[in-house]
Amino acid sequence: MKKQITTVAFKDTQEQRAKLDALIEKYKNEKGPMMPILQGAQDIYGYLPIEVQRYISIQTEVPLSEIYGIASFYSQFLLNPKGQYAVSVCLGTACYVKGSGLLMEKLTEVLGIKNGEITPDKKFSLDATRCIGACGLAPVITVNEDVYGRLEPKDIPDIIAKY
Amino acid sequence: MVRSHVLICGGTGCTSSKSPAIKAAMEAEIAKQGIADEVSVVMTGCFGLCALGPIMIIYPEGTFYSKVTEDDVAEIVSEHLVKGRVVTRLVYDETLKDGEILSLNETGFYKKQHRVALRNCGVINPEIIDEYIGTDGYQALGKVITEMKPQDVIDIIKESGLRGRGGGGFPTGTKWQFAANSVSDKKYVVCNADEGDPGAFMDRSILEGDPHAVLEAMAIAGYAIGADEGYIYVRAEYPIAVKRLQIAISQAREYGLLGKNIFGTDFNFDIQLRLGAGAFVCGEETALLTSIEGNRGEPRPRPPFPAVKGLFGQPTIINNVETYANIAQIILKGPQWFSSMGTEKSKGTKVFALGGKITNTGLVEIPMGTTLREIIEDIGGGVPNGKKFKAAQTGGPSGGCIPASLIDTPIDYDNLLAIGSMMGSGGLIVMDEDTCMVDLAKFFLEFTVDESCGKCAPCRIGTTRLLEILEKITNGQGEMEDLDKLEELANYIKSASLCGLGQTAPNPVLSTLRYFRDEYVAHIKEKRCPAGVCKKLISYEIIADKCKGCTACARVCPVGAISGKVKEPHVIDKSKCIKCGACIEKCKFDAITKK
Repeated sequence: MKKQITTVAFKDTQEQRAKLDALIEKYKNEKGPMMPILQGAQDIYGYLPIEVQRYISIQTEVPLSEIYGIASFYSQFLLNPKGQYAVSVCLGTACYVKGSGLLMEKLTEVLGIKNGEITPDKKFSLDATRCIGACGLAPVITVNEDVYGRLEPKDIPDIIAKY
Repeated sequence: MVRSHVLICGGTGCTSSKSPAIKAAMEAEIAKQGIADEVSVVMTGCFGLCALGPIMIIYPEGTFYSKVTEDDVAEIVSEHLVKGRVVTRLVYDETLKDGEILSLNETGFYKKQHRVALRNCGVINPEIIDEYIGTDGYQALGKVITEMKPQDVIDIIKESGLRGRGGGGFPTGTKWQFAANSVSDKKYVVCNADEGDPGAFMDRSILEGDPHAVLEAMAIAGYAIGADEGYIYVRAEYPIAVKRLQIAISQAREYGLLGKNIFGTDFNFDIQLRLGAGAFVCGEETALLTSIEGNRGEPRPRPPFPAVKGLFGQPTIINNVETYANIAQIILKGPQWFSSMGTEKSKGTKVFALGGKITNTGLVEIPMGTTLREIIEDIGGGVPNGKKFKAAQTGGPSGGCIPASLIDTPIDYDNLLAIGSMMGSGGLIVMDEDTCMVDLAKFFLEFTVDESCGKCAPCRIGTTRLLEILEKITNGQGEMEDLDKLEELANYIKSASLCGLGQTAPNPVLSTLRYFRDEYVAHIKEKRCPAGVCKKLISYEIIADKCKGCTACARVCPVGAISGKVKEPHVIDKSKCIKCGACIEKCKFDAITKK
């Protein structure tokens, strides 16, 4: 999926910056440090703002182009912030043959946003995800940590209404 | 004294249906009833029968409770644990015969299975190393490093006939031999736990249910090839597996089973975890190594093979989780024991993740050579809702479809290749008559286009063009010559791509073309989707006899395509209809059909 850099303005706190510094310090001299650093940075900020990538680049002396190359390569790295409630639809094979594509359509309709977008009030974001391994419950969606399985499109509005 | 053990499944499937809350409620209720000293509640790995989750088994009786909820807990404690009366309404019905409770091994799902790699899953608590040791854990490692020479270990693995379970099926012992022969003072052992094949969850279940089996095998491999460092590359999407691996590694270090001077010898070996970040191509071994090195996970040309020049430029062996899960048992029980199972060229067992349109979704382990029919009908319980079995898909985006006519094929590496599919890592998705094979091929191509790393042109551009042709066909604009184009292009991509992802990406197209050409032709010539899936080719109609004129459909239609008077049959204006399906969902009388 093509990734686009967010237009949401970036702000960080001193606390976040201190955590980031400690993270970089911890991995800087290890072999192959960039994945753990980016994963840790995403835990701190919820996504990987370009400002954070630039900061990591300066601190580790790795070119920003290389860091951006990694961040845009892996689907787990987010260049966009997620909503307060991140809705993910599993599009793994088991869920797909049981109709998760229809769940995605219904969510697009109910939330008014497309795959990869966030609602204007930042409450919900919608993403397609790879198999989460709960194939026994197919088709599955997750809202943050909550898992909903064996769904039909008509179940969607009630689930969204809970949040 | 503990008189009863309550085992609750803590695999991803059951956890998703709230098994941790059930465990907490169980413990609270047991304490409330004052029997906390007599009953032990254990969170285990996956039992395999995910369709019936959350699952609870109570020993010594071996009673199998399925679809347990928090509300059932009080009854289970007061009836079963206090009064000794089985709560029949929750018992898995296949274990219930004429009021008697049968052993699980008597049920269709478990009877034909043979658990080697999964032997501890659902049996031990994966977060306590002593339970693994209690089932002969780490004995093989002790035997290897105190009694055997590295070459002896490699010879045993070679003799067993074990082949890589990650998909390719390369002989494991031979791989180890290559790495052992490479001269270097630094070597690595890597475990590929980047299970990216959608619909496959074998490796995850092993890591969640029996993490020490993998650690032990990696240490054995390290001893065999002369490595002192190992990496496990595991998907970040598997939080439970990651957590249990972390616990297992720290416990093994504490017990001196990882680290320096293991078993008092001069053998040192330690393991680190690396989390993947969601890239299917990283399941390809060279791409995985580049990712551990901290780069974009792009594959590199082979040779040189990792056994010669792998991680950080050093000789490396890289095996899949399930392959490792077999190692310790081969050492303890001997290569003949292992090679007595399976077919001539495929020894041992294979774990499959059974999913899709099948009654018993879950995890099954069967001896190689078991037929697809046995897996689907006997173990899987057949296709639900009275539908007909149409095809099974193995090998995920790299594999192909096995049509109903080949259902008696014994499953092994070579048979699957011969019929145009592949073993893959073990995802087995069952499809019924409602699945459109052209749409399925399109689904897998969308996946590979998305996941192609972009390094080589045949894969990057070729798969995109394949997908475009498939889209053209499913949109009703296909021409017959497109089928030849698909085949020609697919073969170019297979022969010219750099890595396994590209070389196998056309397989779903080729195998559906081979077995379901008539469906492609129906899409092209008749502009019709026989399974009623491809949106552009279907139309909705109201059956006048069944329609009661309740107006529910007309009210829900977003484009006002449905009209009619109250209490009279309605009609759909096909020129306005956008085929959203909202009317079908709303209709209480099954009066709307999709063609």
